[in-house]
Amino acid sequence: MIAMIKRRALPLAAAVALALAVPAYAADPTEAPQVAAAEPGTVTIDNFAFAPATMTVASGTKIVWNNKDEEPHTVMSADGGMTFKSPALDTDDKFSFTFDKPGTYKYFCSIHPHMVGTIVVK
Amino acid sequence: MDTRRDFMKCLAWAGTGIVWSVAGGVPKAMNLGGAALAAPADGFSFVQISDTHIGFKAEANPDPNATLQVALDKIAALSTKPAMMIHTGDVTHLSKPDQFDTADQILKGAKLDTHFVPGEHDVIGDDGKMYFDRFGAKGAPAGGWYSFDQGGVHFIALMNVIGFGPATGGTLGKEQLDWVAADLKGKSASTPIVVMAHIPLWSIFPEWGWTTSDADPVFAALKPFGSVTVLNGHIHQVVQKVEGKITFQTAMSTAFPQPEVGTAPNPGPLKVPADKLKSLLGIREIAYAPAAGLKLTDEPLA
Repeated sequence: MIAMIKRRALPLAAAVALALAVPAYAADPTEAPQVAAAEPGTVTIDNFAFAPATMTVASGTKIVWNNKDEEPHTVMSADGGMTFKSPALDTDDKFSFTFDKPGTYKYFCSIHPHMVGTIVVK
Repeated sequence: MDTRRDFMKCLAWAGTGIVWSVAGGVPKAMNLGGAALAAPADGFSFVQISDTHIGFKAEANPDPNATLQVALDKIAALSTKPAMMIHTGDVTHLSKPDQFDTADQILKGAKLDTHFVPGEHDVIGDDGKMYFDRFGAKGAPAGGWYSFDQGGVHFIALMNVIGFGPATGGTLGKEQLDWVAADLKGKSASTPIVVMAHIPLWSIFPEWGWTTSDADPVFAALKPFGSVTVLNGHIHQVVQKVEGKITFQTAMSTAFPQPEVGTAPNPGPLKVPADKLKSLLGIREIAYAPAAGLKLTDEPLA
């Protein structure tokens, strides 16, 4: 088990280091699963919706929510904001959170709670 | 779709310049012709404003400070001076310090004793700390709910915006529900009760969060009382429902209107021609007399 973790961990670290040192490598599709963790994901908020509504990312990924709507919105984890909770995001305001632990994270807008989204962290 | 039709059956949109007499639980509308309602000599009157959204700056109303001032001027011009004012939430648009400050300065200009409940726009990011520091009732329980008496009427101010969520809409929570039951215990059934809360305490349109999911125990506790009036905000328009002895009525905003249920894909601010805006914003005057009960008058700003 330990050996397996080591085997998995090493290429990931190497890939991240490689991606940081030589950004061009990030475009190589064979590297995609590993380098995904180093690149932020973006959820766009517009027209009273999160897009994509569900996003699957690697552990360690930073997600940036970008409010492109005329209306203000918020991003609050479904556990009552204990995991993450943004301030009010006016038009063009951004909020980010880095997902370090695998799991399924549901969230919503605390001003318009019919707006819901999910981040799945592998 | 059936569900939506059932909601609609329970609703009545109140027109402008209409008095709703809620004594005896059956509303009787009388056309006012724009005249202010005089409070009987043995009673008192108070006013309700809601959803002032100070800090809002989009097209639906670039200057909510000005429209709030028009509302306060209208209140100052009433023929009967109100004993107090209630604000049913969304004082600010985005819970920012300068927005709280501006709202406070403008509202103080009314020179009226004012009782507040917060809206979900007032508790963003800090669970309402800034709101409570400025507008919270002194001596209220930690959750922020409170009650008080004025001229023989018992007022209960409830908090239903902290647990506002996708599956539930507004929520009150067990601690608050227990407090309501204890607060009403021992009160004479003839005491008129006014309940104020931001989000409607009854189901208007859950798809847009226009509901409070756990309010039933409140109504159970209110059942013995002969006159109950529930005053809400949140939906920026007047919707009324009467159920037994309980009258529910939402209020107009002083900042911007919102669409009627089912007339838009989402509940965002309704953009109307500038010369029409003030006809969709308004205040409410509530007159109370022991013999007549409570009379509600919704008056648009223009």
